[in-house]
Amino acid sequence: MELQTLTYIIVGFTFAVYIGIAFWARAGSTKEFYVAGGGIHPIANGMATAADWMSAASFIGMAGLIAFYGYGGSVFLMGWTGGYVLLALLLAPYLRKFGKFTVPEFIGDRFYSRTARIVAVVCLILASVTYVIGQMKGIGVAFSRFLEVKYEVGLLIGMCIVFFYSVMGGMKGITYTQIAQYVVLIFAYTIPAVFISLNLTGNPIPQLGLGSTLVGTDTFLLDRLDQVVTELGWAEYTTQARLSHVNMFAYTMSLMIGTAGLPHVIIRFFTVPKVKDARSSAGWALVFIAILYTTAPAVAGMARLNLINTMAPEGQEQLSYAERPQWFKNWEKTGLLKFEDKNGDGKINYEASPAKNELVKVDRDIMVLANPEIAKLPNWVIALVAAGGLAAALSTAAGLLLAIASAISHDLLKGVFKPDISEKQELRASRFAMAGAIVLAGYLGFNPPDFAAGTVALAFGLAASSIFPALMMGIFSKKMNREGAIAGMISGISVTLLYVFQHKGIMFVQSTSFMGDMPQNWFFGIEPNAFGAIGALVNFTVAILVYRKFAEAPQDVQDMVESIRIPAGAEHAHDH
Amino acid sequence: MSKNNEYWQANIRLMIKLLIVWFIVSFGCGILFVDALNTIQIGGYKLGFWFAQQGAIYTFVAIIFIYAKKMAVLDKEHGVDE
Repeated sequence: MELQTLTYIIVGFTFAVYIGIAFWARAGSTKEFYVAGGGIHPIANGMATAADWMSAASFIGMAGLIAFYGYGGSVFLMGWTGGYVLLALLLAPYLRKFGKFTVPEFIGDRFYSRTARIVAVVCLILASVTYVIGQMKGIGVAFSRFLEVKYEVGLLIGMCIVFFYSVMGGMKGITYTQIAQYVVLIFAYTIPAVFISLNLTGNPIPQLGLGSTLVGTDTFLLDRLDQVVTELGWAEYTTQARLSHVNMFAYTMSLMIGTAGLPHVIIRFFTVPKVKDARSSAGWALVFIAILYTTAPAVAGMARLNLINTMAPEGQEQLSYAERPQWFKNWEKTGLLKFEDKNGDGKINYEASPAKNELVKVDRDIMVLANPEIAKLPNWVIALVAAGGLAAALSTAAGLLLAIASAISHDLLKGVFKPDISEKQELRASRFAMAGAIVLAGYLGFNPPDFAAGTVALAFGLAASSIFPALMMGIFSKKMNREGAIAGMISGISVTLLYVFQHKGIMFVQSTSFMGDMPQNWFFGIEPNAFGAIGALVNFTVAILVYRKFAEAPQDVQDMVESIRIPAGAEHAHDH
Repeated sequence: MSKNNEYWQANIRLMIKLLIVWFIVSFGCGILFVDALNTIQIGGYKLGFWFAQQGAIYTFVAIIFIYAKKMAVLDKEHGVDE
């Protein structure tokens, strides 16, 4: 069957499933809307968390990054998984025991301060909105490419689908839809990887295939890859570091604590029945995430090797441009792949040297999507990859939008401005907030600000430097006071923003960058994307210094901290 | 509260042990000592590279389940389970 028809059938079918689930799982109360009634099984919750977590960046972007950064790309693999250890050990069980709906609510109660709650809401909204813009853009691009509609039309379809199931179902609808989306995206990711691993190494498990020998030879795949990339002038695949080991250290740390501080991930652990379940649910989430994350390095290495082999088959002449394969032509149309015949011989010369390299543009984001085509896999596999990419982007967008909506309706409206509204009114308000958040995200998707590309890293930096330290100090210190926490959050997030802006420009407008984005101006050679770890350190330090100048937390707050440390007496997440 | 205090101290001790493992497999084996470990080859993988792209992730999963399991025992022992 034609690829286009197949794509429509598979994508259409998955959408019908998501909408069906939305009808079935409508939310009737604020508790269902915010925390899915608090009755989600830990394995199911783990699966939903995995889908919530793995965005278009994980699905489409990450393997492409690793393919070109080699060993240096490991920061994403370790950083985006190691955060779950911190979540499971340091945050999730205690926040679950606390038993409320949102992250700012915990910060407000623990630091007995409405100001702290508002600061937390601002940090949360800043981090989530910057993150959601990237997702909306991903949705628009994915739709326009796979369904061959305009970017705007694609974005609109995506907005309608998200609107439908998240406004109606709240956390309950989102959770069940995300379980379905996880299944779609994990099959879409692993099936092509299994085929490609079989083709190259004869081993059907990609994680083992990457460490195996190539079919019909005694050469290990990775050794061969190291050999071909160095012959063409690139750094050795398995050892090329990202800038420096100090930078890799900071980058990994920022991603880890950013992961543990991102509100849309944290609120997932309010939805399980017991404290015990919050611990194991984080483990299940990581199992489901690890299936994709351990496959990604195999996809990356094999895609790089396949790409080079296609351009210059071993022992043969370079590929001539006139004989380029169909996928090459398709991606040329999108402008993401570009050829320039510098020496005029009509052949594609692909190597590291910028003067001689004729494949002048290979966008990293096309690697996962083009991979099945490069490996000549059947059309249904390619259509499945399209559905998987959409599932990844939609599920993350929905989770983020819920975190934003609950911060507005629950923390700002009910918590600060109108504490006496009824549950029914609050439920209506949260639906309005959700609808508003979707429209805002859509608007930013239609008019993506210049800084869209840099924002995902910024979202992590913001969460790492503001929310994570406040939560940790709230749990592990009984005496930490509101003055310390507020000063810490504000200084942590400001330092991070300042560092990013001074090197990347204010709001990413490049001309306003007053320090220049170059390694010699960087603090210890740490790139701006990796600065969240330093921001968090500033947060902790300032908080401790300020804490000493003021009275410690009152006795009733200290008692509350005592009580969240023990699982006994946990109730379902409740309101007040 | 002293009983709860004992429970909390035991929890912290377990947590610190597991966080040391967390640190060693990722920041240690994957970044700081990667060059030394790369001299060891396991199948087609250099060991340091393997930790950074595979081993650290498997260990993370194990850490969380070990923690969940040991804490469930600890909860019971100290009579603080749900």
